Parts: sequence; structure tokens; C-alpha cells
Amino acid sequence: MNPLYGRRKLKNRIAMTLSLLATAFGAGWLVLILAVLLWEGFSGLSLQVFTEMTPPPGSDGGLLNAIVGSLMVTVIAVLIGTPIGILAGTYMAEYGRYAILTTIVRFINDILLSAPSIVVGLFIYEVMVAPMGHFSGIAGAVALAVLVIPVVVRTTEDMLLLVPNQLREAATALGMPRVNVIRHVCYRAAQAGMLTGVLLAVARISGETAPLLFTALNNQFWSTNLNAPMSSLPVVIFQFALSPYADWQKLAWTGALIITFTVLALSITARALVSSRKTS
Amino acid sequence: MEPARRQAVVDVALEAGNVATSEAVSRGKVLQRLRLNDTIFRNLTFLAALGVLILLGGVIVALIEGSLPALRTFGLNFLIEERWNPVTEKFGAIAPMYGTLVTSFIAMLIAVPVGIMIAVFLTELCPLWLRRPIGIAIELLAGIPSIIYGIWGLFIFAPFLQQTLQPFLISTFGNVPVLSEVFAGPPYGIGVLTASLILAIMVLPFITSITRDVFESVPPVLKEAAYGVGCTTWEVVRFVVIPYTRVGIIGGVMLGLGRALGETMAVTFVIGNAHKVSASLLAPGTTISATIANEFTEAVGDLYTSSLIALGLILFVITFIVLAAARYMLLRLEKRVGG
Repeated sequence: MNPLYGRRKLKNRIAMTLSLLATAFGAGWLVLILAVLLWEGFSGLSLQVFTEMTPPPGSDGGLLNAIVGSLMVTVIAVLIGTPIGILAGTYMAEYGRYAILTTIVRFINDILLSAPSIVVGLFIYEVMVAPMGHFSGIAGAVALAVLVIPVVVRTTEDMLLLVPNQLREAATALGMPRVNVIRHVCYRAAQAGMLTGVLLAVARISGETAPLLFTALNNQFWSTNLNAPMSSLPVVIFQFALSPYADWQKLAWTGALIITFTVLALSITARALVSSRKTS
Repeated sequence: MEPARRQAVVDVALEAGNVATSEAVSRGKVLQRLRLNDTIFRNLTFLAALGVLILLGGVIVALIEGSLPALRTFGLNFLIEERWNPVTEKFGAIAPMYGTLVTSFIAMLIAVPVGIMIAVFLTELCPLWLRRPIGIAIELLAGIPSIIYGIWGLFIFAPFLQQTLQPFLISTFGNVPVLSEVFAGPPYGIGVLTASLILAIMVLPFITSITRDVFESVPPVLKEAAYGVGCTTWEVVRFVVIPYTRVGIIGGVMLGLGRALGETMAVTFVIGNAHKVSASLLAPGTTISATIANEFTEAVGDLYTSSLIALGLILFVITFIVLAAARYMLLRLEKRVGG
């Protein structure tokens, strides 16, 4: 046999072994991280975590104010970001499908999609926190809304483009104006996908820490006042993990576990939504 | 038809019916109302689309405005000075910039080959039934918040490195001319190397998922032809798949780079926040995002705050260029696949 064959086979075997090793290497780290997270997080998980406020160092407590703060900020961010995102996506897929503006917006939107979130925090600090003179929950919500918008724009546009044109033509032939066609035909056909976009956006912002650090800041106490600094889970994790107190660090792990589960649940739901739509 | 859509169609039909029975005047009114609705909605969507552009413009303007005091005071020296002294209010950006670039560079050095090899495994070797679960797992992992990587790095990874890898590096390379500088100093655990490794682990799923998508865009005919003339799997990957998807891979890598450059939480925990440029990878350093995250809320005085915002502006400019290049390359690939 030609010795070249042997060499090629050997090369192939080496490369394929490397790719197998790379996969084991990559998967290994991620399994390791999740295992530690589960181990550390579950050992601190109790009812107390959901019913009590963040404690001063050395005493017992939970994460209630942080969880509620996170929920409020997230909900408001979604309420602000989603309509803007859906409207912009609608323009790009419907009215302005072939407009130059659409191409530009798509490009810019893709950049916003992966822009560093800490820069968004600085931006909101400049336009909201500095003029208002104090940190506030609402500033945190707006910062997160800035992160919601690109995700929703992207998915809305993608999903609307998937709607068959025949549906639009049929509705238009009945004499429906464009606005009714979009709202009653296109949105309805694309709603599962659009909902997926919103879920993905929530998943993205629920773990975001950097934009909240200097917008919502943090709050040791129970507060639902949006005009005052507000506690949030990621910021509490950040603060507690870097503290020297063992019980604070324990709470940080538990908080990390809660966030991870929330994000995974949201992503899985989003995925299930899309795949159920495809099969039906 | 779904109920609500049928309702809508019925509504319009009824409206049309009403028009038929009433006079031409009211028909005109109805049409006018419909047209008005349409115009309003159209303009709303247009404004929202414009809003996305304004958002980006706003970010740029706000950052420039915020960093003006610092830029005015230090001028271009801001970019080349190492000092970072809040007490005497002398600031320079070179240490955080250096940290950002070095950590991202090392992270990509590790994550890119590994990510590409994983993508090769997923598209060529992996049994079909396993591809979907692994693919989904990767995408889910890409979505895990970075603070999780940070907290893991701080409590588990850094102590582990301090006891194993770092002493090993120091003792192995301690007498090698150049490398002894790179791996100098006591093993702190936290530092530039630790941050880079965590960044690598973090961007790995991201790069893998994009590379896999790009690999899957290769027309099966091309691969089949290569296999047909007797290529091994590796040769197919090396001489068909990778050349065909080169632009896409570079785009994906740059997207990953953009993410690594701007990453805050995973790095802040383990970098050590020391404002100095050090040749040793084991020494603590800082990155732009870590500096901002650590110091912004405690910054006293306009000049300090402004310097931090100026750092943010630098970071934004760097990532903007990287991301724009990445998108452009991915777009080129998309066009070729489409055309």
C-alpha cells in the first residue's frame, strides 16, 4: 500500500481525536461549573431565601427584596422595550422591507445586540441618573429596556419575514388596510415567534449585572419605590460574593442558582414555543 | 381561521356592508378613518425603527459628552499614560486598555481552536441523534449570565489555579529567558491569566454555536464530492469546509471577540483591579469594564467620573469596530449562501 495512505489516515485520526478531546474539554468545564453551582446553591436554598430581606453580615436572612426588585425592574424593562422593539421590527419587515433605512437599522441593531452592557449602564447614567441627581429603580429598568429592544427587533423582523406573502395578499384583497393586515393577520401568524423573542430578551436581562450597578444601584431594605435605589438579584450576588462574610457568600451562590434556573427555564420555554410552532 | 382573525375580517366586511347601505359621504369617512389608522401605525413603526438609530446615536453622544472633561484635561495623553490616581486626579487609560486587549487575546487564543474543533465534532463526527441535544445544550450554556462564571471563577477556579497551574508555570518557566517574565511573581490565584481563562470558557459556547451554524451552511454536495474522491474526514474539513466558510468563521470569531472585550462580570471578580501594566500574566491587572464596574459608584469628583466614562467610550469604539467588521463578514457569507 502506498505509505501516503497511512499518513493521511493517521493525520485524520489525530485530528478527529483532537476534536473529540476539544468537545470533552469544553463540555467538562461547563458541567463542572453547573455542578458546583448546584452543589453550593442547593445547600443554601430554603424557604427563608424567598421570605426574608437581605441580612446584615453575620445574621440570617434571605433575598426577598432582591428578588422582588429584580422582578419589578425586569417587568418594567420589558414593558418599555417590547412595544418599541415590535414596532421597529414591524417597520423593517412590513412597511419598509426594501427601504434603505431597514438595512441600516438592521446593521445598527445587530451591533446594539452585542454591545457591552456596561456601556449601556454608563449611557443611562449620563441621561437619567445624573440629571435626576440620584440612582433609581426606573433608571435600571430603562437600562435593561435598552438591552431588550435589539433582541425583540431582531426576532420580530425574522418572524414576520417568515409569514407567507399569500396571507397578506389574501387579506389585502378583502379590502383590509395595511394596518389591519399586519395586526390581525401577520402578528397572529407570527405571535409564537415574537413571544419567543420577548422570552429570550427576559432571559438576557435577568442575569445582567453591569448596567444595573450604577443605575438601580442597590438597596439593603424592602423598597418598591421606583424613584429610589432598588435592590436586584445580580447586584446583590456581586456585592455578597466579593464580601468577606461566609453567610453572604452562601447567599450569593443561592442567588446565582436562582438566576441560572430562571434563565434556563426561560430559554427552554422559548425554544419549545418555536419548535411546537414548526411541527404544528 | 382563528377566531380573532375571523372577527377582524368580519369587522372589515361589516364596515364595507355599512358603507354599501349608507351614503357615499359616510363611505368616504370610513375609508378616511382606515387610511388615517394606517398612516398613524405606519408612522409609529417608522419612528420606532428610527428610535433604534437614535439609541445608538444617543449612546455615542452621551459617552462623548460625559468624557469631555477628562479628554479636555488630559488630551491624547489619556490614551498613553499608565497613572491612575484618584487622589491627585491624574488618570490614564493604558493599563485597563492593555488588560482588556490581553485578556481577550488569550481567551480567543484558547477558545477559537477549541470552538472550531467542537464544531467539527458536531458537524462531522457526532452521531445524528446526539447532535440536537448537544446543540441545544451549547446554546443554553451560551445564555448563562456571566456573573455565574465570575462567581465560579472567584471561589473555585482561582484557588484551584493558585495551587496547581500557577506554581507549575512559575517553576517550569522560571529559568527560561522570556517566559520567566511572562510567568513571574507569586501565584495570587486572581490575575490576568485567570481572567483570560474564564473568558475563554465563557465565549467557548458562543464561538462553537456560530461556527457550527456556519459549517452547516456548506452545501452537502461539496462535501460529498470530496468524500467521493477519497478524502478523509479531516481533509474534507481542512480543504472544503473551512475554506468555504472562512469569512463566516472570522465573523463568528470577531463576534466572540466583541463579547470578550466588553465582558464585565466574569472578569471583574478575578482580575484583581490593579492599575498597572505588568509583563507577568500572573500579576493582577484590570480591564476597562472591570475598572468601570469597580470604581464608578465610588468615584468622587467630576474628573474621576469623566475619566471612567472616557474609558467606556474607548471600549465602545473598540467593540463597535470589531462588531461592525464581524457583521459585515457574516453578511458577506449570507449573501453568498443566498446567491
